Amino acid sequence: MARWQGQLIKIDDYRWKIPENYKTGMRVPGLIYASKEMLESIREEQALEQVANVAFLPGIVGYSFAMPDIHWGYGFPIGGVAAMDIKDGVVSPGGVGYDINCGVRLLRTSLSEAEVRPRINELINALFHNVPSGLGSEGKIKVSQKEMNQLMVEGARWAVKRGLGSEEDLDVTEEGGCLGGADPSKVSDKAAKRGMPQAGTLGSGNHFLEIQVVKEIFDSHIASIMGITEIGQILVLIHTGSRGFGHQVCTDHLRVMEVAVSKYGIKLPDRQLACAPIESSEGQDYLGAMACAANYAWANRQCIAHWVRESFSKIFGKSPEKLGMRQVYDVAHNIAKIEEHTIDGHKLKVCVHRKGATRAFPAGHKDTPRRYKEVGQPVLVPGDMGRCSFVAVGTQKAMSETFGSTCHGAGRMLSRGAAKRSMKGRDVARELESRGITIKTGNIPSLAEEASQAYKDITEVIDVVHQAGISRKVAMAIPMGVIKG
Amino acid sequence: MEMSLLFLYNGLRGMKKAFEIIDHTADVGIIAYGADVEELFSNAALALFSLITEPESVEEKLHLDLEVSSEDRDSLLVEWLNELIYLFDVKHILFNRFDIESLTHNELKATCYGEDFDPIKHKIKIGVKAATYHMLKLDKDGDGYKAQIILDI
Repeated sequence: MARWQGQLIKIDDYRWKIPENYKTGMRVPGLIYASKEMLESIREEQALEQVANVAFLPGIVGYSFAMPDIHWGYGFPIGGVAAMDIKDGVVSPGGVGYDINCGVRLLRTSLSEAEVRPRINELINALFHNVPSGLGSEGKIKVSQKEMNQLMVEGARWAVKRGLGSEEDLDVTEEGGCLGGADPSKVSDKAAKRGMPQAGTLGSGNHFLEIQVVKEIFDSHIASIMGITEIGQILVLIHTGSRGFGHQVCTDHLRVMEVAVSKYGIKLPDRQLACAPIESSEGQDYLGAMACAANYAWANRQCIAHWVRESFSKIFGKSPEKLGMRQVYDVAHNIAKIEEHTIDGHKLKVCVHRKGATRAFPAGHKDTPRRYKEVGQPVLVPGDMGRCSFVAVGTQKAMSETFGSTCHGAGRMLSRGAAKRSMKGRDVARELESRGITIKTGNIPSLAEEASQAYKDITEVIDVVHQAGISRKVAMAIPMGVIKG
Repeated sequence: MEMSLLFLYNGLRGMKKAFEIIDHTADVGIIAYGADVEELFSNAALALFSLITEPESVEEKLHLDLEVSSEDRDSLLVEWLNELIYLFDVKHILFNRFDIESLTHNELKATCYGEDFDPIKHKIKIGVKAATYHMLKLDKDGDGYKAQIILDI
């Protein structure tokens, strides 16, 4: 693959612009958040060309953004953010991705490393047993067609109503775990059939469940509001999405958008950017189905969080409440949302596409949950399984610059094949074990694909968004036990 | 993306390669070949199942008639693979032979042969979740045809 040779204009140490005249047809410039060093590896593939391509989309406002964890995706780059004016803009399923509402949920505990480390194997085994994971994993909850329709509309609340979690969990979930406008009639029979058996499963690929140890607290005030108070404290991070359901919703609607592109005379530089006007029936149908998949993912993480609590409770012989297993937050990494933003002093309703990006609303925003009103919405940024993860908060600067968005993770650097080759002959599980990380997976060969070497260093990614001011780092944790799907 | 050749699979006709597997940053791609478009579609499906499992481990115990339609030939190829991905995900069927009975620019009829997934007998290598339009190409290649499809995994 050729290196990207396009022009980048330096704005400051962390902001780089692709000028609007880089390609005829760009409606806005591109804006990349990265350090000079990171740009070198970003230029190795065509992700920046994708940033320029997204700038072609009708109704795009401000910039086509790329976060420092940007890498090459389909149509849209992963780590991309684009906001379209709802009056004359488009919605693009590619701007959300296949795994709709792939996201993360963080639980805190009152347990310490000293209490958990001696029992880590037992705990990981209990979690592995209790949380269905792996290729083609099917759930232990049976969802009928009727229940599936409710689940699509109610999201995480569907699970809470069945005793899997509490009202408090919903308060600290993006959108309360339920995106409005969900319309099950826009979901194909095929999608529902793929979704029903997979509800309440972790899945495979880069999805995981991780027991972490707090290693560093950067802002003790904000951290304490999140319930993160001690170095050595145990956290649990759940990373999964909408499974085969979201993939089928995306596949089905991409096909509709393919036709819509010519119907509405939209000129695109890449077929995978297929889109339709937000206000068209095709656009509305996609948003209605996408909300169903987003809600499915929130229900999924809600179920899994409950089984995580149950597993801890079983091993430590205390109730989840006694173990202090409260939810810190749950965020979406792949989603499109209708939001109100202020542009040049004017309020504007836009459809914000976040593909491999996190909402990062500031203190005081109406959608920042009550518990975090004074400090900003928590931003959860997982790293790869060998390094660390960060907790940050949204800022006013994110609101005014990036439509309240920031990075979502480490970002892949090596393809799965290349990662496997680079780890040839090495025992990834054993190497992790020697560094105090217990790992359990149903698919050992795929471990090499997820090795640290395959990812950018999350610390560099977080430093960029922190220095640029679009989020503020709060705490860092390292893995102690990992379940890979 | 690096376009390294991971392996070649020789089709039943022996001489010509049927497909290649290529790397893509977060995912994986296939390049399928065929003397005609029918063979190309069949080889693309074989490539898909060779990613999912070891094709030799699949026996012909059942068959299924499939009809797929789309807007044009390129998207028909994507829809064809998506249909097979769906059948594996929902009905848990692994296929290893495809008879393309008729193929127009936007419609395909095929009989697919294979068996139900058996966790003891079949090793699942990766979960393929969707065939994408990203970098999709279907062109003439010398006397035959060649197509590139990126799969989301």
